Amino acid sequence: MALFLEQLLNGLQFGVMLFLLAAGLTLIFGIMGVINLAHGSIYMVGAYAGTWVAMATGSFLLGVLAALAAAALAGAAMEFLIVRRLYKRDPLDQVLATFALILIFNQLVTLLFGRQPLFASMPSLLGGSVQLLPGLVYPVYRLAIIVVGLLVALGLYLMINRTRIGMLVRAGSTNREMVRALGVDIRMLYTVVFGLGALLAGLAGVMAGPILAVQVGMGEQILITTFVVVVVGGVGSIRGAFFASLLLGVVDTLLRAYLPSMLHHIMAVSEADALGSGIASMGIYLLMAVVLLIRPKGLFVSNL
Amino acid sequence: MLRRTFLALAATALMALPVQAQEPVKIGMITTLSGPAGYLGQDIRDGFKLAIEMDGGKLGGIPVKLKIEDDNLKPGQGKQIADKMLNNEGIKLFTGIVFSNVAGATVPDILDAGAFYIGPNAAPSTFAGKGCDKNYFIVSWQNDSLHEAAGQLATNLGYKTAFVLAPNYQAGKDAITGFKRYFKGKIVGEIYTSLGQTDFAAEMAQIRAAKPEVVFQFEPGGMGIAFMRQYEQAGLLKTVPMVLSEPSLDAVILKAVGSAALGLNVAAHWNTDFDNPANKKFMAAWTKAYNRVPTYYASQGYDAALAIGAALKATNGDVANADAFRDAMRKADFQSVRGAFKFGPNQHPVQNWYALKVEKGADGQPVLKTVGEVLKDHGDAYSAQCKM
Repeated sequence: MALFLEQLLNGLQFGVMLFLLAAGLTLIFGIMGVINLAHGSIYMVGAYAGTWVAMATGSFLLGVLAALAAAALAGAAMEFLIVRRLYKRDPLDQVLATFALILIFNQLVTLLFGRQPLFASMPSLLGGSVQLLPGLVYPVYRLAIIVVGLLVALGLYLMINRTRIGMLVRAGSTNREMVRALGVDIRMLYTVVFGLGALLAGLAGVMAGPILAVQVGMGEQILITTFVVVVVGGVGSIRGAFFASLLLGVVDTLLRAYLPSMLHHIMAVSEADALGSGIASMGIYLLMAVVLLIRPKGLFVSNL
Repeated sequence: MLRRTFLALAATALMALPVQAQEPVKIGMITTLSGPAGYLGQDIRDGFKLAIEMDGGKLGGIPVKLKIEDDNLKPGQGKQIADKMLNNEGIKLFTGIVFSNVAGATVPDILDAGAFYIGPNAAPSTFAGKGCDKNYFIVSWQNDSLHEAAGQLATNLGYKTAFVLAPNYQAGKDAITGFKRYFKGKIVGEIYTSLGQTDFAAEMAQIRAAKPEVVFQFEPGGMGIAFMRQYEQAGLLKTVPMVLSEPSLDAVILKAVGSAALGLNVAAHWNTDFDNPANKKFMAAWTKAYNRVPTYYASQGYDAALAIGAALKATNGDVANADAFRDAMRKADFQSVRGAFKFGPNQHPVQNWYALKVEKGADGQPVLKTVGEVLKDHGDAYSAQCKM
């Protein structure tokens, strides 16, 4: 039982990380209609900036601030210089341009930091593990990730539903021409939304630093899963992204943890291990296929 | 005729150089320099170049010209580069490939064209047994041997139950097969993770539940760094020790993992602290040239260059005479940085494997220390099937 709870927490933690990335992606995708493949690069920028500053100053907090600033700046600059020219273009042009950005970011990071992965050390306050229940010991840092992720989700919810900028975002996603006709500087709004999405990706990057390897190409590894989240949740829907992230995080973790041993009952052990891990890594895609069959627009159709 | 011979002799005597010296031998290096695994190819390249620089732009006294291309870890790209080097540049001597999947696509083209391949790293089983080739030499190790040594080390250390993990691809499966071949205890859990996986929380929980005496994992590159740190964070490092093969704890991973790695056991064919003249010479030159700790990949690049150099010297740089060059290669007449070295019947190494342990170094940073021998004159499981 404790093991199952631990796996649930693992799933939750993975889901929360996915949410931080998916929230920005779905905003950009849903509101501006841009397919931003370079979102993973922002995640990498956040991870590198945060880790580098944390290593140089010895303060994880400064690292987090640096990561947020670097990611938001990189995102806003990306929007201002490149993506802005793509809104009216064919989706293929957007894919091509943002894919080029991935290559450029990867090469820049290689030039600056080299090919060898960096490693962020754990902030000492959050190191170690804590006993949640008898038999259930869980790393504090992962708990912190879950808490931060849930807080961000709450903050986004309040921002979108209770503030003026949230109102503009909602209006912009419903009818951008009307918003413009009412005298709102929609270009400014787009830059802000893009920067916000980038900020969240940077936060995910710096939080991933101490548990994953900070390396070139780390963004692409998680980007595909993030797109699955966006599609399952419903393009443009933050709420959808939230529930889809948690759902996929938990499903992926539980499949990896339990499918091979369940298959042991019906086939030889070595085959079950190979087949089980194969199916487990397909799990989220199968889930996406099922969701799209039943609800072609995703679980939550865009109403943010 | 006599006159021309005389002139040639006179010219040679005047310049005091062999005739072949005017045309450097071209060596094609196809290796992985970009992406997360780029540091592997980088060290192989730098080790190889170091050997050339130490010989004054030569190998075995023969001038060489090294042509380096990045395969991007893409088999198709490796194949294209090989075709270009073979057909457009007339290169007859190849080296450098880091990954088995790239080797699988690229090496057959090189061998079919009658050229030589001297491998500084990847050595998949497909080219070691029935598929062996007379122009194919491996200076590093056969893939399985890495993990056989780790299996033997786990047995030597007296562990009775083991939990094994590797990515779900050919080299991962070979790793687990190799480990099991020499581990005499019981396997209590076996997990194939997905390639490129970075979060291992689910696996950590399973390891804890299975309560093995030891964990063996083959997670090379960035996956290994993430795995090690998460293993420590899950509190497992204190309770369940780990036995590793070389790729899971090279110098770069060790540096990234830091003091969490203290006490880990690693099976290896080379280490920075080997006490032989060739290695001391290599370490001194490497530190002077690059000022970083070499990974074992660097030693393999260097050894590959020395092996080629020995054959070039014996044949006076005449690679076109394939039979003579091959015979010279087989003799392995060079001082490997790992000490004793010879080629087995399938032209893969027969060598010793050692036990390393991560300890605190003089500067407080963790270092790999050689503590004993695991396997002596160890070849590989496939050489018997090789008929040349």
